[in-house]
Amino acid sequence: MAKNDILGESLWDAYSNKVTTLMNNPQHQGEITEDEAASRGNKLIVADFGAESCGDAVRLYWEIDPKDDKIVNSKFKSFGCGTAIASSDVMTELCIGKTVQEAVKITNIDVEMALRDTPDVPAVPPQKMHCSVMAYDVIKKAAGLYLGVDSESFEEEIIVCECARVSLATLQEVIKLNDLTTVEQITDYTKAGGFCKSCIKPGGHEDREYYLVDILADTRKEMDEEKMKAAAESGMGGDFEAMTLVQKIKAIDAAIDESVRQFLVMDGGNMEVIDVKDADDNIDVYIRYLGACNGCSSSTTGTLYAIESTLKEKLSSKIRVLPI
Amino acid sequence: MQVYMDNNATTMVDPKVVEAMKPYFSELYGNPNSLHKFGTKTHPAISKAIDQTYKAINASDNDDIIFTSCATESNNWVLQSVWIDHIVNGDKNHIVVSEVEHPSILSTCKFLEDNGVKVTYLPVNEQGVVEAHTVRSFITDKTALVSIMWANNETGMIFPIKEIGEICKEKGVLFHTDGVQAVGKIPVDMQSVHVDFMSMSAHKFHGPKGIGALYIKDSQALSPLLHGGEHMGGRRSGTLNVPFIVGMGESLEIATTNIEEKMASIAAKRDKIEDALLAAIPETFTVGDRTNRTPNTILISIRGVEGEGMLWDLNNGQIGASTGSACASEDLEANTVMLAIGADNELAHTGIRLSLSRFTTDEEVDYVINHFEDAVKRLRAISSSFAKVQPTPGGEVQECELHHH
Repeated sequence: MAKNDILGESLWDAYSNKVTTLMNNPQHQGEITEDEAASRGNKLIVADFGAESCGDAVRLYWEIDPKDDKIVNSKFKSFGCGTAIASSDVMTELCIGKTVQEAVKITNIDVEMALRDTPDVPAVPPQKMHCSVMAYDVIKKAAGLYLGVDSESFEEEIIVCECARVSLATLQEVIKLNDLTTVEQITDYTKAGGFCKSCIKPGGHEDREYYLVDILADTRKEMDEEKMKAAAESGMGGDFEAMTLVQKIKAIDAAIDESVRQFLVMDGGNMEVIDVKDADDNIDVYIRYLGACNGCSSSTTGTLYAIESTLKEKLSSKIRVLPI
Repeated sequence: MQVYMDNNATTMVDPKVVEAMKPYFSELYGNPNSLHKFGTKTHPAISKAIDQTYKAINASDNDDIIFTSCATESNNWVLQSVWIDHIVNGDKNHIVVSEVEHPSILSTCKFLEDNGVKVTYLPVNEQGVVEAHTVRSFITDKTALVSIMWANNETGMIFPIKEIGEICKEKGVLFHTDGVQAVGKIPVDMQSVHVDFMSMSAHKFHGPKGIGALYIKDSQALSPLLHGGEHMGGRRSGTLNVPFIVGMGESLEIATTNIEEKMASIAAKRDKIEDALLAAIPETFTVGDRTNRTPNTILISIRGVEGEGMLWDLNNGQIGASTGSACASEDLEANTVMLAIGADNELAHTGIRLSLSRFTTDEEVDYVINHFEDAVKRLRAISSSFAKVQPTPGGEVQECELHHH
């Protein structure tokens, strides 16, 4: 929020002139009948998307020349608001003259771009971006009917935000590359979630298969695991300081088993590692003497020095051994 | 001609009210709390406005009517202070409201829920009305407050405030009513009902925006929402908004004088529109029994015509109406009142509200009827709901592909 947002923009004032003009006078509104198409030797495809109970519904008509799969004519009918009608109108316009295979590549972004007055000013306010998505969905459905395939097969990737057409793979990559931690950051980087907001979390305009909050949580979890794995791997390579706590304790135990413990046991004693703590410039290893070592005079001098120098040599020069 | 049919959203300020307010801007501008004459000269006007307000709703002299900035403030005041007084500093933990309350009630309830308060949202019947027995069945010994609106903004339906008040009295539970859509539109008599608190707003009855009031029965305790100087007996701090208080008193007096006559006149125009539209346009219906509705309101559903699209065409015809339609709202949600009424989702996306006022003329009524029919004709011609060519087999919609809530 800031000065420009205090009054808020009027929804209709944010529509482009093209949206307004087409709502008032749609160019391709109407129907094509089976007989009309057949009389010209063409095939008719009619597809519905949405329903009145959803708040938006569109019916798309394609008259297709079966010789070259070209859409020679297209009409629409729409139950919807101004932007839904204008989007449908532009959609039919974009379809005419294309082959079915070409038409199926038309996305909601193309529809919205075609509604703009100037290339860099959005045609509709963010929450209305969703209307153009229906245009894209109904094209896929019509193409599926004509080609006899499932309309979902045209989608090559999983689209999480339909308004901005952002895929799951893109989101995961952007989160990882930029170390994003909030949904707001995701919207800033990708525009996903910036329009109808359905994809942010459950409970929005419509149910989604994927939500940004879950993708963020899962990706962050994956990043943490990768970090740990990297730490583990680098630990195996000998970088003691990059190890996790458990790895550090294991490494210390291993080093002690290898070079120290046998001498202590020979004298009837032993030791155990209690804790490892990162101090400012040191890594403090807390140990406890067992058996004969307990109270042995050299436990605070020679033996301690031997343990510490062994660990320093094998693991890290920063190690400081503190008996308790 | 341009016609304003959105009087449940706000109203034109009656020019007579503007006249009454005028002296209190640049002539009698003193602070009523000052000791000097500049201040005290405003007192007669404020006293008059107080008298006008008490009389308009037949409040007793033992009651308080505290001027606020708007009904949103009044609603927040009651909910938040009952929470502080009876839940935070008491042994209650529960509030009962209806699911069709104004956002200033529902959003405040959400806020209280986030702070651990239990809130019950009562359903409405097919008329859009909360039934009194429903209220009774949800009151527990932990209930601090029942808040049910007197009349609904979307449908104009009038709620059984007298019965609900009796139930609350019997159960010993505080009762608040949001009277915004009732006061100035229908008779409101505080001595014939048991209501502890009632919110009002001047701009709904041809008074100015930015002034409202809270009625408090028997001057009972309610912690202030606004702390500060000791204005209005310490109940609501902030320098008295003299011209607007004058405007509220004046507008309320005008609205409630001969209210039955005014209601009959508005209802006749409303009924004319309603009858004409229902007769001329097939597959159309209105919500709620007219006899139990504020006289100025019509909520009409037109099959196959999406609400915002309809509003657009009406606007092109210089008619200002309203819709709870999904597409017209910021969050794209369906008309919650219509969903609550239990009508199918389709209705929730096709509702148009026309709300008249005493300034609505017969010419405007005829104009609206004509333009309404034209708009429906145009939009039904585009509508997929009225398309004749059926989808290619497999191209039908199997179910609602967009899942609205």
